[in-house]
Amino acid sequence: MDAPLLEVENLEVEFSTRQGVARVLDGIALSLEPGQTLGIVGESGCGKSMTALSIMRLVPVPPGRIGAGSVRLNGEDLLQVTEKRMREVRGKDISMIFQEPMTSLNPVYSIGDQIAETVRLHEGLGRRASLDRAVEMLKAVHIPAAERRVREFPHQMSGGMRQRVMIAMALACQPSVLIADEPTTALDVTVQAQVFDLLKELQEKTGTAIILISHDMGVIAEMADRVMVMYAGRIVEEASTDEILESPKHPYTQGLIACVPHLEEEPPLERATLTEIPGVVPALTELGSGCSYAPRCAYAADRCRRKAPEPLEVGEEHRVACWLYDEAGAA
Amino acid sequence: MLLAVVVFNFILLSLVPGDIADTLAGESGGASEEVMADIRRTYGLDRPFHIQLATYVGKVVQGDLGMSYYFNMPVTELILGRIAPTLLLVVTALVLAILIGTLFGVIASRKPNGLFSHFVTVLALVGFAAPVFWTAFLLIVLFVAMLEIMPISGLVDPTTPRGTLTWYLDVLHHLFLPVLSLSSIYLAAYSRLARASMMDVLGSDFIRTARAKGLGETSITYKHALRNAIIPVITIAGLQFSHIFSGAVVVETVFTWPGLGTLAFESILRGDTPTIMGILFFSAMIVIAVNLLTDLAYRLVDPRIRSARNA
Amino acid sequence: MRDLHTTGPETVRVERPVFEFLRMYVRNWAAVAGFLVFSTIVFAALFAPLILAVDPFEMVWMPFTPPGQDGYILGTDNLGRDMLTAILYGARATLVVGASAAALTIVIGLTIGSLAGYYRGWVDEVLMRITEFFQVLPPLLLAMVLVSLFSPTLTTVAIAIGVVTWTGVARLARAEFMRIRELEFVKAARSIGSRDRRIIWRVILPNALPPLIVNAALTVGIAILFEAALSFLGLSDPNVMSWGKLIGDNRDYLLDAPWTVTIPGVAIFLTVLAVSLIGDGLNDAFNPRLRER
Repeated sequence: MDAPLLEVENLEVEFSTRQGVARVLDGIALSLEPGQTLGIVGESGCGKSMTALSIMRLVPVPPGRIGAGSVRLNGEDLLQVTEKRMREVRGKDISMIFQEPMTSLNPVYSIGDQIAETVRLHEGLGRRASLDRAVEMLKAVHIPAAERRVREFPHQMSGGMRQRVMIAMALACQPSVLIADEPTTALDVTVQAQVFDLLKELQEKTGTAIILISHDMGVIAEMADRVMVMYAGRIVEEASTDEILESPKHPYTQGLIACVPHLEEEPPLERATLTEIPGVVPALTELGSGCSYAPRCAYAADRCRRKAPEPLEVGEEHRVACWLYDEAGAA
Repeated sequence: MLLAVVVFNFILLSLVPGDIADTLAGESGGASEEVMADIRRTYGLDRPFHIQLATYVGKVVQGDLGMSYYFNMPVTELILGRIAPTLLLVVTALVLAILIGTLFGVIASRKPNGLFSHFVTVLALVGFAAPVFWTAFLLIVLFVAMLEIMPISGLVDPTTPRGTLTWYLDVLHHLFLPVLSLSSIYLAAYSRLARASMMDVLGSDFIRTARAKGLGETSITYKHALRNAIIPVITIAGLQFSHIFSGAVVVETVFTWPGLGTLAFESILRGDTPTIMGILFFSAMIVIAVNLLTDLAYRLVDPRIRSARNA
Repeated sequence: MRDLHTTGPETVRVERPVFEFLRMYVRNWAAVAGFLVFSTIVFAALFAPLILAVDPFEMVWMPFTPPGQDGYILGTDNLGRDMLTAILYGARATLVVGASAAALTIVIGLTIGSLAGYYRGWVDEVLMRITEFFQVLPPLLLAMVLVSLFSPTLTTVAIAIGVVTWTGVARLARAEFMRIRELEFVKAARSIGSRDRRIIWRVILPNALPPLIVNAALTVGIAILFEAALSFLGLSDPNVMSWGKLIGDNRDYLLDAPWTVTIPGVAIFLTVLAVSLIGDGLNDAFNPRLRER
């Protein structure tokens, strides 16, 4: 079998805080094929963004520390290469767009300069040629009057426009992987849909693989081929999108899916309620030896509190970390 | 604004008990009432207050600041003759403070807990707390008395032929200690400010974007962060310019630097009202000019201001 | 990463704000040192006449006696005055003028700044023009002129310093008032019909205090430096001993008797340093989160 485009194995990241060392990522594994979209879903603080930053090797050190694991891009372990080599990878092979389009662009440089900078850096193009590429990219992300807007500054654009600029910048060097960290959370719902349509369209054109991070199961359902559910720094369930939606196994995943409002259903006669999962994510410094979801889980049994479950194969390409499905060990 | 300064000066200085006639009479060892009245007529002091004010404002608009009581020459001419050394001192000190201060701040920000960062903290405290004349005296003790490599006072050695290269070098030689004394305060303040500002900017989202683009730390620090971080430094430098000018008064008196500061100090002691008024007016004008320059610098650095003000 | 700091409810210690504040302050050794130094100076100034019952202007020994010689700990100056006595008495002038000038600065600055920030509109416009006007004039030069116009007494000096240094406080107060007046609880106070005066004094001011208190420490430092500069230039009460005056009187003998100039300078330096350390300590204690970064 061919090695996947991007393969992460057993990734561990720790942060030292005043309250002690927090293991923010524990045993993260993922793999990504060209052209595929992988969704990572979970509540805020579960480690989604940290996974992305670790792949880019942008975890702030200190206080952070990548403890163990490997991140292989086309077989090259990015956690082992020099910082210089890593800089070549960033923006060229793996790009990233962020949650806050309003603040993610440098306010004192024109957007053209900022896109062109990436191109100059990675492809060694001249000033003129890189600016031409910037215009081209702005057209590709459907920004009207690209020739004029290329000279504009971030403050002159709306949030949706700025996120398009971020996408243009990220894709300017045709990366094989694009990491989109909550790319639409800060945007209006209508603009959200436009940005996702744009991402899909560009993916079809360029064959870029996308890692889409979101707290919104609805967004993931629409965009992703495969889904990874994270909770408190671990992967609790992983499967194809259809499979997850049809038969979620982990109680947490079931909870997340129940939280998505179903607009297509007949509205019930009684007051419509939005479901929510009771409780909060535990502090990562206070994790015990048991399953971290146990305090909020309706099915939690004694052994859930004693020992954390390992991922189990429960279907084709479907893994879940929950004692409920451990038939061998069931009492 | 300048007009307000003129009117304010005039009102302020006409509150002074006694006038030029008393001063001149005092200096010549007493004079008769007739002579005093005569002097008052010559200087227009016998007319009602608002007429005097109107006359003065009218003259100032034409660049006529009156006659110095002491030097008996036009104040404008007197000030123009003294302004160059002051500008040389103040501008050099300011530019040095901004450049070196920002550089210190940038270096310190790259290792917020490093030795250099602590040095900047200490420097800022010392720079604020040390009175400028005391700094100047300590520098004199060090460079003049102990090392014997610096002149103690003046603008230039009077024996040097004017306009030659040696003359310019000698001015620089004389400039060194006054500039060092004056800029030390602001250098300290700006390095602390630049560090805080840099650390703030380095934590912002667009710096993360720049890293994700694959830029190196040098490019991130000096291209992306510095240009944003320097904005508060420019603001404060502009706001504080009148303070630097104040500091120059003290430094000039310590080093007998022949600029506006020494002239101001001496004129105050002599009760030379027109000269004092003229200097206040000129310094206000310089401060306003510097504020305009600050505005210009803003527009160069920050496109947000550029478009907000054009709109 | 916000959630990393989330702690369970059982770990939150409930503490009176005053104690929390003091605990933060005491943890900062530099601020404590500043406080101790400043207290010592105040103490010395208060009890100077009891410690040394000598007129600071009196010639007590040979001029230019170096420190430590003939029993004069800090030596004597050009007029044979005892430096130690002069320093102790000088502390009184410095502190009295510094404190009263700073108080005046804060009163003027706070009044102008709060009115401008609270009422906005034309009030703001007019008051800010006045502020700009004072910013355009070099403060020390203006203070020199003011002192020389009226008789040079400690009162005039204090007033002159107050008049030229309030603009910073005014700008800060204005910014704070403009920020706070838009907050929900101020709107709430207005909606229940509180009067402007009540909103300014009882609602906004308490919330604007932390930065203003920190700034007050700096203001005292600046006032002391201004007093020193004025008396150094001879523009202060000639009958009151002060540190700046001592330096000014002896400046011509700098190279022959450096201690006469450096020792009073050290006194000024330490006082201002102590005050600004206190200011830094207050700042950190008011903003505990800044320290954790």
